[in-house]
Order: sequence, then structure tokens, then C-alpha cells
Amino acid sequence: MAGKMAGGSFIENLPKIYGMYTGGFLVFVLLMAILEQMGVGADTIGILFVAFTIVIYAAIGFLSRTMAVDAYYVAGRQVPAVFNGMATAADWMSGASFVAMAGGIYFGGHGYLAFVVGWTGGYILVASLMAPYLRKFGCYTVPDFIGTRYGGNLPRFLGVVVLAVASFTYVTAQINATGTIAARALQIPFEVGVWFGLLGILLCSMLGGMRAVTWTQVAQYIVLIIAYLVPVFWMSNKQGFGLIPQFVYGDAVARITELEALHGLGTLDPVAGAKGGLRALSVPFAAAGDSAMASWKFVTLVACMMMGTASLPHILMRYFTTPSVRAARQSVAWSLMFIFLLYFTAPALATFTKLQILDPELATGIIGKSIADVQALEWIQKWSNVGFAQIIDANSDGILQLNEFFMRGDIVVLATPEIAGLPYVISGLVAAGGMAAAMSTADGLLLAIANALSHDLYYKIIDPEAETKKRLLVARILLLGIGAAGAFVASLKLTSILGAVAWAFDFACSGLFFPIVLGIWWKRANRQGAIAGMAGGFLAGTWYLYMVRWGGMDPWIGIDHLRFGIIGMPVSLVLMIVVSLMTPEPDAETQAMVDEIRVPSGDTVLGSSH
Amino acid sequence: MMDTSKREEHWRRTKSLMIVTLTIWFIFSFVVHWFAAGLNSVNFAGWPLGFYMAAQGSEIVFVITLFWFVKAQDKIDRDCGLAEED
Repeated sequence: MAGKMAGGSFIENLPKIYGMYTGGFLVFVLLMAILEQMGVGADTIGILFVAFTIVIYAAIGFLSRTMAVDAYYVAGRQVPAVFNGMATAADWMSGASFVAMAGGIYFGGHGYLAFVVGWTGGYILVASLMAPYLRKFGCYTVPDFIGTRYGGNLPRFLGVVVLAVASFTYVTAQINATGTIAARALQIPFEVGVWFGLLGILLCSMLGGMRAVTWTQVAQYIVLIIAYLVPVFWMSNKQGFGLIPQFVYGDAVARITELEALHGLGTLDPVAGAKGGLRALSVPFAAAGDSAMASWKFVTLVACMMMGTASLPHILMRYFTTPSVRAARQSVAWSLMFIFLLYFTAPALATFTKLQILDPELATGIIGKSIADVQALEWIQKWSNVGFAQIIDANSDGILQLNEFFMRGDIVVLATPEIAGLPYVISGLVAAGGMAAAMSTADGLLLAIANALSHDLYYKIIDPEAETKKRLLVARILLLGIGAAGAFVASLKLTSILGAVAWAFDFACSGLFFPIVLGIWWKRANRQGAIAGMAGGFLAGTWYLYMVRWGGMDPWIGIDHLRFGIIGMPVSLVLMIVVSLMTPEPDAETQAMVDEIRVPSGDTVLGSSH
Repeated sequence: MMDTSKREEHWRRTKSLMIVTLTIWFIFSFVVHWFAAGLNSVNFAGWPLGFYMAAQGSEIVFVITLFWFVKAQDKIDRDCGLAEED
């Protein structure tokens, strides 16, 4: 890490540095395994895992401290494509992806896979419509592009508002996740865990801004991907499912369909009396609804998640950090590749966990077994104690039926090592991975909000004369304030993790998707159109969310609160086109600027330090 | 100002590439999944095909498409003399 300050040599040495880091992490895992064998308790190992990794991230954050605007906002634009891909993947994969996704698939089956499709395919839009052009533009933030392209303070301000609402919705969920994991691993109350998580997050980003976040996110990606893949591979091989689980679970899916019939899925309704947040299986795994409504619900969710991906500023701003337009494009492809590694594993994990729980012929199977036996299992006891699992023998026959077993979706990732009988060191690893996923996303989001407020609101609108030192000080104070606000909201536990995550995508696509895309691809788009498109789309989407969620309105044709982008986006598109055409076209200078961002070569439109 | 005809050619080819890329994207994001129930009656290496496409198939197509897109766009940039220096 000593070379960190010496720009060029540090970049050249990246593969070596992160290679050593990965090796060091594996040695640490091994050491923990040895400690476990020597009789060190599970709790101590959990604490060591979480504490050790957070200290490493904080150290990277400290070493990457900077007082240069360029480094603070865009990591000096020197992050190589592959490393930026890793950082983006960590930025992208949240606590929800890591902890909740496999559980969502476990309970929701095919319908839930819309999230998996939506959260990968969105990168095609990022690469083909946005990232390279925004990189050529040379902006520091997404509202920076909107403000310069459309001119005037109002578009910039609206961009900041949409960004702040979408990202803040998202960041509370991430701080919530860090709090949950920290609370469990370190055995502190949730409310304390939330603030502890925030401390870790701020240590990574306060001093070095984007530069610090970039290099910690790469480190966090390495931890999270190891933590996700190792248990799945180990479990698959231990249980004899296959060497590479992702390619062999087809038969397991077929077997689950048989078992669902055997256990009476669809004929048994979950019995009453389960604790909040716990669910029993009630949806078939592989079957897809055979109606236009089912298909409609699937594709509308996919659409919202994809357009949301392409509008979320904390993702787009990662592509401002590459050395070139070409590298920005390559970097999007690498991001998707690194994300794919986790996302195509999640369905395999959900399948094998389900098979292990449902199949009475496997030693791990619990459905159809005697309740006394099941309650003697260590993982059932442990997770029942913390309210993550529950057994209700409603018909008092002493046998566990499908509709009598309840659990939280998170268990699929968190308890799989225990269900499959893997050593505890793996559970510690999983906790560290979940922490890395939630922290890296929270970091990116907090920085996106703070940067937009400090650069676009403070520097560009309120005080354009501010000196560099003052700008960076304001940026840091905002980061601290927003982080504290996020932690405070998270400690109130207002909504489930997933609800909030989907909303962030809907907010982002309602307000920002068309103003960004048309700003690049339609020269005729002007300020009035952008104002109408941003405000109209955002307000329409927000109004619909409010009405469906709290106002007692019935969703229109199956568009529930998770999909309100389907209302916001068309409003945004139509308003933007109609209003643009009704008002004068942009001046020649703006049109020339649009021509300029379409060409990769040459200088960025905005200067390197603006 | 650079040669305008090169710029026009560059933008025309860039637009075509975008349209081809987004057509592939559209098919594997929406069309395939609209027919998931029907595809599920087809067995693909053990998987019901509709489920497979949502769990793995579309994602694999996305990754391959994106690496192909990056290469194709780079070729357009170079052919038109508008690529950045290496």
C-alpha cells in the first residue's frame, strides 16, 4: 500500500496488490478454521471475521485520503476497466442481493427471477446508451451532466432531488443491513449495530471520497464473492449434488416439483400464528403463471429494474472514473461479468437449499419428519431463538407439514452452511461477505448523494466561488450528515429491506432515465422538456406509489408498488418530447456539445477540474 | 473540427450497433419471459426451459452480448479514426 501516493506505479501494481490481498484473506480464513478446530467459540470467530475485514477497509480508506477535487470526485480518472468492474459489482450488489436474493427465489420461484433478469440486463442499457457518453462528457455527478446539457439551475436542482430521493431510499436499507449483520456477529443491539455499521462505512469514504471508495469496493468485492461462492461449492460437493453446482441443478429443480406435489403444495394454506417476516412455502418453484397477467407482472418488474439500473447515479458515476471512454465501456462488461458470478449462483443456492429441506430421502430433509426430531436440530434451534424460523404444529399430528414450517428468506444464505453441516468458519465468512456487500453499496450511495449536494447544489448553485479546500470540506460534512440521517431512519425500521430497494429503482427510472438518454441521443431535447420530464415522471411515480401503498387505491392492471416506474417513465417520456417540441430547440453551442460527446476521441467536454 | 463525413459515418454505425444490441436485449429481457409458461414444457438439460432462461439463460446472453458490443463499438471507433489513443 506504500505506493498508493505514487499514482502510476500504484495502478501498475494493482494486480499484485489485490492478489496479495486475496491471498492474505484466504490465509485469514484458514487461520480461523484452525482456531475453530482448536476449540475457539463460534461467536469469537464471527467477531474476528467482521472486525478484521472492517479494519482492512478502513485502512484502505485512510491510505487513499486526498485533498484533490479530481481524486475526491472521480478517483483521478485512472481506475483500470477490470478493477472498476469489480468496484462497480460491489457497489451494485447490496445487502439485499447478498442476503435476501436466494431467499427471495426460494419463496417466490420463477416470479422472483424477474429481479435477477432485471438487475443484470440493465447493464446493456448502461453500456450502449449511457456510460461511454457520460465519461466523454467529463462530469463529476449525474446532475452535473443534466445541469450542463440542459443549462440553468432548475434542471440541475431537479436532478439532485431525484438522485437524493432514490439513493436515500436505497441507503437506509443498506445501513439497516449492516446494522443487522453487525448486531448478530458482534452481539450488540440492532440500534447500536446501525451506528457501528455507519462508522465503518464513513471510515471508508470520508477522507478519500471516490478514490477511497473505489479501492475499498474492490477489496469488498473480493471478500463478498469468495464468501458467496465457497459455501455453495462446498455444500454442493459435500451433499453430492455436483462439482459445479450452477451447471447441474436442473434435475434438482425437477425433483423439487415432484416433492411439491408430494407435500401438498398449493392444497395446504400456511397455518396462522407465524411471527412477522416469517413465511411458509406456498408458491411453486419452477412453474410460471400461464396467463397474460403473470407474464405482464414479470416483464414490468424486469423493465423497472433495468431502467432503474441505468438511472441510478451511484452506478453511473463509477464509469466516470475510468481512464478513457473505451475503458468505460469495457468496464461495464466486466461489471456485468462480476455481478453475473453471484447472480447465476443464487438460483442454484435456492434450489439446493430447498431440496435439502424438502427431500425426506436426504438426511437434511425436515418436511414430513417428526417435529420432535426437527426441533432437536441445531440450526432450527439456533434460528428459532432469534425469531428467524418457527414451527407450528397446527394439526397436532407431531409431523412437520409444509404449511407448518416458517422461516425468513435471509436464512437461505445465512443458514445454508449449518443446514449442510459445514464448519462454523463458513458462517463467519458469510457474515463478512454480507457486511462487505452492504457496506460497499452504502458507501457508493452516500457518496453519490453527498457529491451531488456538494458539487451541484453547493458549488454550482449556491457558492460558485468556493475554494477547493472549502468544497471538499463541505462534501465531507454532507457525507457525515447524510450518513447520520440514513442511520437514524434505518434505526426506525420503517420498511422491509426489499421493498425499499425496488423503490429506489422506480424513483430513479421515473425521474432520470429519459432525461439522461434523450440528452445524449436526441439533440432536440431542451431545458423545458427536461424539466417537465424529470418533474412530471418523478411526481407521477411518487403519486402512484403513495396511492397504491397508503392511499387505498387498487393497482392498475397489476402495477403494484414495486413497479411504479411503469407509471413514471411513460409520463416522463411523453412530457419530455411534447414540451421539447413545443419550445425552441437548444442553442448551437449545446448541439455541438452533444455532437462532441458522441465521439470517443478528444478532450472531455467539461475540464478535468471544474 | 474533425472530418464531418467520418463523424457522420461513425454516428450512423454507432446507432445501428445500438439498435442491434437493444434488439437482442429486448428479446431476452421481455419476449422470452413473456412465454415462460409455454417454454417450461420444454426440458433443457433437466431444467424447464422457461425457468432456465430466467435463472441463467438470459444472463449468459447478456454477458456475451455486452463483450461483443464493446468489441464492435471499438472497431467502429477505430475504422472512423475516432478512437482514443491506446
